[in-house]
Amino acid sequence: MKNTIKNYLQKFYIALILLFLYAPIAILMVLSFNESKSRSKWGGFTLKWYIELFQNREIMNALYTTLIIAFLSALIATIIGTAASIGINRMKIVPKTTILSITNIPMLNADIVTAISLMLLFVAMRFTLGFRTVLISHITFNIPYVVLSVMPKLKQLNINTYEAALDLGAKPVYAFYKVVFPEIFPGVLSGFLLSFTMSLDDFVITHFTKGISVDTLSTKIYSEVRKGIKPEMYALSTLMFVAVLILLTLVNYSKNKGKK
Amino acid sequence: MTDKKLIDLVNITKSYDGDVILDDLNLYVKENEFLTLLGPSGCGKTTTLRIIGGFETPDTGKVIFEGKDITDLEPYERQVNTVFQKYALFPHMTVAENIAFGLKIKKKSKAYIDDKIAHALKLVNLDGYENRSPENLSGGQQQRVAIARAIVNEPKVLLLDEPLGALDLKLRQDMQYELIRLKNELGITFVYVTHDQEEALTMSDTIVVMNQGYIQQIGSPVDIYNEPENAFVADFIGESNIIGGTFVEDKLVKILGINFPCVDVGFGRNKPVDVVIRPEDVDLVKPSEGIITGTVTSLIFKGVHYEMEVMTNGYELLVHSTDFFPVGKEVGIRVHPFNVHIMNKPESEDEEAVVIDED
Repeated sequence: MKNTIKNYLQKFYIALILLFLYAPIAILMVLSFNESKSRSKWGGFTLKWYIELFQNREIMNALYTTLIIAFLSALIATIIGTAASIGINRMKIVPKTTILSITNIPMLNADIVTAISLMLLFVAMRFTLGFRTVLISHITFNIPYVVLSVMPKLKQLNINTYEAALDLGAKPVYAFYKVVFPEIFPGVLSGFLLSFTMSLDDFVITHFTKGISVDTLSTKIYSEVRKGIKPEMYALSTLMFVAVLILLTLVNYSKNKGKK
Repeated sequence: MTDKKLIDLVNITKSYDGDVILDDLNLYVKENEFLTLLGPSGCGKTTTLRIIGGFETPDTGKVIFEGKDITDLEPYERQVNTVFQKYALFPHMTVAENIAFGLKIKKKSKAYIDDKIAHALKLVNLDGYENRSPENLSGGQQQRVAIARAIVNEPKVLLLDEPLGALDLKLRQDMQYELIRLKNELGITFVYVTHDQEEALTMSDTIVVMNQGYIQQIGSPVDIYNEPENAFVADFIGESNIIGGTFVEDKLVKILGINFPCVDVGFGRNKPVDVVIRPEDVDLVKPSEGIITGTVTSLIFKGVHYEMEVMTNGYELLVHSTDFFPVGKEVGIRVHPFNVHIMNKPESEDEEAVVIDED
């Protein structure tokens, strides 16, 4: 009896936490299907905001920009970050821990500081703010996440397996692709997906480095909302949430798969 | 074993961050030899093996293989294969894929590869394990796969870096016999690294005892055991009593204050020497029949024999004997002259024998 009460309390507590965490998003999702423009009245189920959303050229452009930037920045950051991790992993212990701390700092640094410093750098170097500068910024803040994901895999790796491949006649590049890469791939993949998510998610850094000519979804939503909230924005936000949710699930999946 | 030199290491020196690992090492390996590099950790044995394998480049010196200088060749350009201490199997590949790795690089036909895999697995007693994942195999089985993966490439030399180190005692002993059998069936040269003297004595044709980057002695297991050249070798190989003494004249040495007859000659007159007497070579007899007398201070039953310590003239002599003498008993001690082994005292610091921790 006592146990069943304890059990119920535990479940109730978890439900309460989840409610606090997800209620705002749930409301957003519900409103995105609301026929009425009112935020307090349910006017029936509709998909018209989604249809309008997909017919809005500016938003579709922003979506396209967002995805391109997320994909390219994640890809380039993954290549640079993986190569860096391999180098860091072969360092001696003191430079290794130093470099790792240095690469970790940008992740903890306030976005606004990163954003303003990047903007100042671009201005100082006379770069025109636009697609290019946003891409460079995203690559910059994504690299630490890749290093963070790949390093543990490299540490698990038995260095002798690489040497064994060389010993059996493999040239270094072949040995890397055949023996090292498959072993660290779960880490590389989760680094890529994490970078992609971070890029989709970013507002502050994009806002300061984008100039006037380009918009990603987050900066687009921000400027639209300032003009007054349209239910299309609920639909857009819902879609972004779902996309990030799927990506994070994939990240976790690829991490767990590597653990086995 | 033939007399042909297969590998010749000439004046090899190697240091890391100022620490000298190998100092002017000279060593050759004959064709078909089972050569063991034996020594405590940090003696340079693994570095020597890695230099032969091409994973380390010596600071100075040359590696000669079949008369050609291969010092600067990459590991993948050498006709040697290595069995690593931690197996180093490729975890994402099956047993068969692991074994096929080297053959695929050499672009062998599928039929040839399949045939080789089957043959190699039979050799290491793992028939039918082709499609297993290495991660689901025991340590001993993984080690066999690692050996199979190396030997399918038909190397001239197989390098083994403490391959049995991670296995339990029983398995280790079984694998020792397997390795000897393998070596005989394959007819190739083995260079084996270990810190386990019993392993070295059991399997080798030649043992190279190393310490602190120097070769202490090269010889057959029998030579190394019976005729250690210095106190380090005597202490590292088996158990021994190493007693400081004076070489009075040919065939006579003074230890523990008493003149013992021996068979060695040519150490000069009244020269300080080290004398090795193996515990099993000490005969305990009645006090009246001994060259010297002593008192039993400890007695441990070891199964095959009793291990006793006998205090005599201030020295605690280690004795292995099947005869039983209780603690406190006065005994006579005799050693056959043949078993009193004389060694030169180390002359320089480099040769200074280092006492090993017994674990």
